[in-house]
Amino acid sequence: MKAGAKIGMKTSKIRLFKDKTAGSVMWIFTWLSVLLVVLMGIGLILKSLPILHDKSLWELLSGAKWKPMRGDFGFLPFIMGTLWVTAIAILWTFPVSLFTAIFLTENSKRWVKKVVFPALDILAGIPSVVYGVWGILVVLPWISDSLAPHFVEYSTGYSTLAAGIVLGVMILPLLISLFVELFSCVSVELREASLALGATRWQTTKYVLLRKTFPGIVASVTLAISRAMGETIAVLMVCGNIVQLPTSLFDGCYPLPALIANNYGEMLSLPLYESALMFAALILFAVVFVFNVISRLILRKIEQNVS
Amino acid sequence: MIHPMKQENRDFMRHILFLGKNSKWYDRADSSELKGSFFRPNQKFCVEHAQRSNIVVDHLNVTIQDNPILKEVSVEIPDRKITCIIGPSGCGKSTLLKSLNRLLDMNEDVHISGSVLVDGEELYAPDVEITHIRRKMGLLSQRPCPLPMSIYDNIAYGCRIHGIRNRKKLNMIVRYYLQAVGLWDEVKDRLHTPASRMSIGQQQRLCLARGLAVEPHFILADEATSALDPISSKTIEDLFLKLKEEYAIVLVTHTLRQALRIADYVIFMYMGEIVEAGPAEQIFKNPRQELTQKYLTGVFS
Repeated sequence: MKAGAKIGMKTSKIRLFKDKTAGSVMWIFTWLSVLLVVLMGIGLILKSLPILHDKSLWELLSGAKWKPMRGDFGFLPFIMGTLWVTAIAILWTFPVSLFTAIFLTENSKRWVKKVVFPALDILAGIPSVVYGVWGILVVLPWISDSLAPHFVEYSTGYSTLAAGIVLGVMILPLLISLFVELFSCVSVELREASLALGATRWQTTKYVLLRKTFPGIVASVTLAISRAMGETIAVLMVCGNIVQLPTSLFDGCYPLPALIANNYGEMLSLPLYESALMFAALILFAVVFVFNVISRLILRKIEQNVS
Repeated sequence: MIHPMKQENRDFMRHILFLGKNSKWYDRADSSELKGSFFRPNQKFCVEHAQRSNIVVDHLNVTIQDNPILKEVSVEIPDRKITCIIGPSGCGKSTLLKSLNRLLDMNEDVHISGSVLVDGEELYAPDVEITHIRRKMGLLSQRPCPLPMSIYDNIAYGCRIHGIRNRKKLNMIVRYYLQAVGLWDEVKDRLHTPASRMSIGQQQRLCLARGLAVEPHFILADEATSALDPISSKTIEDLFLKLKEEYAIVLVTHTLRQALRIADYVIFMYMGEIVEAGPAEQIFKNPRQELTQKYLTGVFS
């Protein structure tokens, strides 16, 4: 009897110890991942300090001249390139993915889902180089032969538009699956409540489903934009890599990730060049960071209003 | 629908206005500014309310994923009565209810045969206008489901989707139906705040008002009080008792006591079949079937 009680005590002590250990390990891992973000930010800032000492922040961000040989580092073309490409990608994928997701959750038969979901998974899993090759083989000829002649005199096809299209195809599966997830979370009762009043499916979707999931839609788009901004390989294969402020969709551009990937490790003998590339990375980091913070603030505001 | 001049309708309005703590209605009846808002707004969705609307279910069979849920169900649901569907869990009560406004066959796995006549109109005819049918059958679900919008918009939603845009008319409708469920005084100062901020009992009354605003003939309630506290469910029950003067109410309930309190007509179901159906008095006092007796005395539940 006594021994049994002792064993009981012991095991319960061990159990409590395990419980505490598991708790603290999880705590540590969670904060490690947060720390990683902070460390990366600090590392980028430290590495880009030399160029920040040499030139003012405003000069770097608003300068349009990029002549590393002469010491001109203007990042505006790269920033604009990133923004343009991302904007084009989101602009065409947002409606496409939204309607696809609505169709899949609201209207489609089961076998359609069975076909589409694996296809989307495959699309999401294809390496980005393959998207780049697809862009060069399919999108570029289409733009230079069929589309561009209607608008401009001549285009090689290596353009902001091509980069936007390829990038869009890459984030499309992500957006669709995020939206599908979002819409499946809306309870059946809510849809029935609307349908029972005599609303059509489309009215229910428009006034109930989309309104209910609006905060989630904003969050999903934010996530997709953050992803799109950092996408490198496929974009740099089709964007043309020309340092200029894009003035038309058929001009080439040079997004920030492409700048870093193309040049890092090549011309580091130039003074300040490495620091400049690190600064480019810092800009990217900051843009994504600020973007996330802003969208979170917007999201909180919306959630307060809706629920 | 209801005509403001008819005496019986006035009586009805007195009934429901009492609930809205608006007992001063009589005193103010002649004040012309208020009169307008108290008369029932006529949305004109349908030409007229059939003299006696009813539902006739005839040999209805429902299978879900090849499991028979309803077997040869034939029953008639009378107008202006509260019909309670009782029976143990999983006996097909909710399925029967949902088959009455065709929410059931949204699902792919559901197969339905037989016929349901609503005011003489076949519900499962291929060319039936489903939105029209659903508008006629108001639904009150188990958990209140306010739409993700303001209190005002919740009521106005049904009218808006059916094409009423006139702001003045919508204001009148919202006010009228909020009064009808006794919510007006509680929420009149926050009509434009999200409906989800109301208490759960208030939400359920809001859902009832939302359903009434599209002028249904029937109210289908699926255990409409089971998620509510005793006071709120009493309020809903009282509302049903008033509303039955004008609507046919079909109430699925798990609580026998509730059926005892408010049912005029009872359908007892067991394993997908209707064991017995009839006036409440007869079912509760002299059930013909042994199974009904056993259920009523609590041998199983």
